[in-house]
Amino acid sequence: MKLPIYMDNHSTTPVDPSVLEAMLPYFTNKFGNAASRSHPFGWEAEEAVEKSRVQIGKLIGSGHKEIIFTSGATESTNIALKGTAEMTCEKGNHIITQVTEHKATLDSAKYLEKHGCQVTYLPVDQNGMVDPLDVEKAITPKTILITIMHANNEVGTIQPIGEIGKIAKKHGVLFHVDAAQTLGRLAISVDQMGIDILSVSGHKIYGPKGIGALYVRRTNPRVRLSPIVHGGGHERGIRSGTLNVPAIVGFGQACELASSLMDEESRRITELRDRLMKGIMGALPDVFLNGHPSLRLCGNLNLSFAYVEGEALMMGLNDIAVSSGSACTSASLEPSYVLRSMGKPEELAHTSIRFGLGRFNTEEEVQFVITRVVETVTKLREMSPLYEMAKQGIDLKSVQWDVPH
Amino acid sequence: MAYGPKLLDHYNNPRNVGSLDKSDPTVGTAVVGAPECGDVMKLQLKIKGNIVEDAKFKTFGCGSAIASSSLATEWIKGKRIDEALQIKNTDIVRELSLPPVKVHCSVLAEDAIKAAIEDYQKKQQALAKQSNAQGDEEPK
Repeated sequence: MKLPIYMDNHSTTPVDPSVLEAMLPYFTNKFGNAASRSHPFGWEAEEAVEKSRVQIGKLIGSGHKEIIFTSGATESTNIALKGTAEMTCEKGNHIITQVTEHKATLDSAKYLEKHGCQVTYLPVDQNGMVDPLDVEKAITPKTILITIMHANNEVGTIQPIGEIGKIAKKHGVLFHVDAAQTLGRLAISVDQMGIDILSVSGHKIYGPKGIGALYVRRTNPRVRLSPIVHGGGHERGIRSGTLNVPAIVGFGQACELASSLMDEESRRITELRDRLMKGIMGALPDVFLNGHPSLRLCGNLNLSFAYVEGEALMMGLNDIAVSSGSACTSASLEPSYVLRSMGKPEELAHTSIRFGLGRFNTEEEVQFVITRVVETVTKLREMSPLYEMAKQGIDLKSVQWDVPH
Repeated sequence: MAYGPKLLDHYNNPRNVGSLDKSDPTVGTAVVGAPECGDVMKLQLKIKGNIVEDAKFKTFGCGSAIASSSLATEWIKGKRIDEALQIKNTDIVRELSLPPVKVHCSVLAEDAIKAAIEDYQKKQQALAKQSNAQGDEEPK
């Protein structure tokens, strides 16, 4: 077993060896510009790009012509929101989203609010789930877009996308889904789920960074989006700029691989995740699961360790790469907005750790992580005044805390 | 965030973790911070004849908060009260090479030192008052 162990697969994933192999020729011999229509170099590149569209389309049940390449899910989401708002401003200006979305969505929504849009931020329940009825109730004659993530990147909660899709269809409102965390992990069918626009990313599914895609429905309805990057009219005019052919080839190969591995892989990763959860929760009291107990991403385990601050815990786990919702890990010094939106007390956000399991994690690694987590939490609790007080039977909520600043 | 060797040493081998008897009149206790802020520091000082004889801490907080309190206990042991009160958060920042976002951890440690000494002094004043009052009652 090699240290450090990587268990932060929501953040990014390593490029699969077969993906890298597929990409390499497109840096050197096959370097053509896919937009060069007049010579074999261009034709070769174009052919590779079209193959990748087919591979991505297959994974989400779409046609290859409905795939637009971007730099990643953040850009895709920006185009989905801003492009819809600009294109449909005559119909309306109201957008529906929810509070635990990725910042790509929330910050785009805030930007649009400054430019005359109205945005409804729906609440989530304690498991991080949106109620489809709330979505329906929020729709007005001015609603132009509903945008909801497929699964949350922090707590892994899977949203009822199919139900929301039906509601969107019934009311003739466009439906955008941020599927950065779920592509290749959960089955996606844009038709069955009523999705009109979908954002996905390469580096979350063992492809390269800097490449993403936007699915844009071509029929029933034909979705039209205004571009945010102009110049050259590439990608149906929605996203200009020379295509990143090697990354596109890699993304396609990563999707091809995910198509064939998904069922077996998600079963294996779920097993590892459950083993990790049982191992930790079986050995330590006062550990709480954040997110939905069953409707969650296969590799996601988000736990709060009462009485132990998340960053201090991560420092103790220095040979394990995980992430935390603690304020100390963010530049803003604010604890996770996702956990707070779910109504978790701030101290639970400060004590949360996200484990993200992926394709390359092993049983041996899981066993090692369990041992290290139990050891480190026990050590830190021994030096925690909160643990001491709790053991003495003091209700921490009744204490008058001295907040100096 | 990459941390300096001194900070890591205090985090990995914290000095003077533990508790002293809160009811002991020679022990000053401070609990500063709040769980919802992500930092709670408990510092206890045993003071005899104006000298800090012993210091113990327990901290809920990030690695910098743990290291700041560990360092504070190390520095304060054996010092006179007036010397202990001279310890500034900036000294802790310098010693542990704390990055700017972690300066508040050192402020908390300085607050804890002051509050623990204050608690000790209050206890002593109360004791003195009590013994004076007892003295007044004695028939002449």
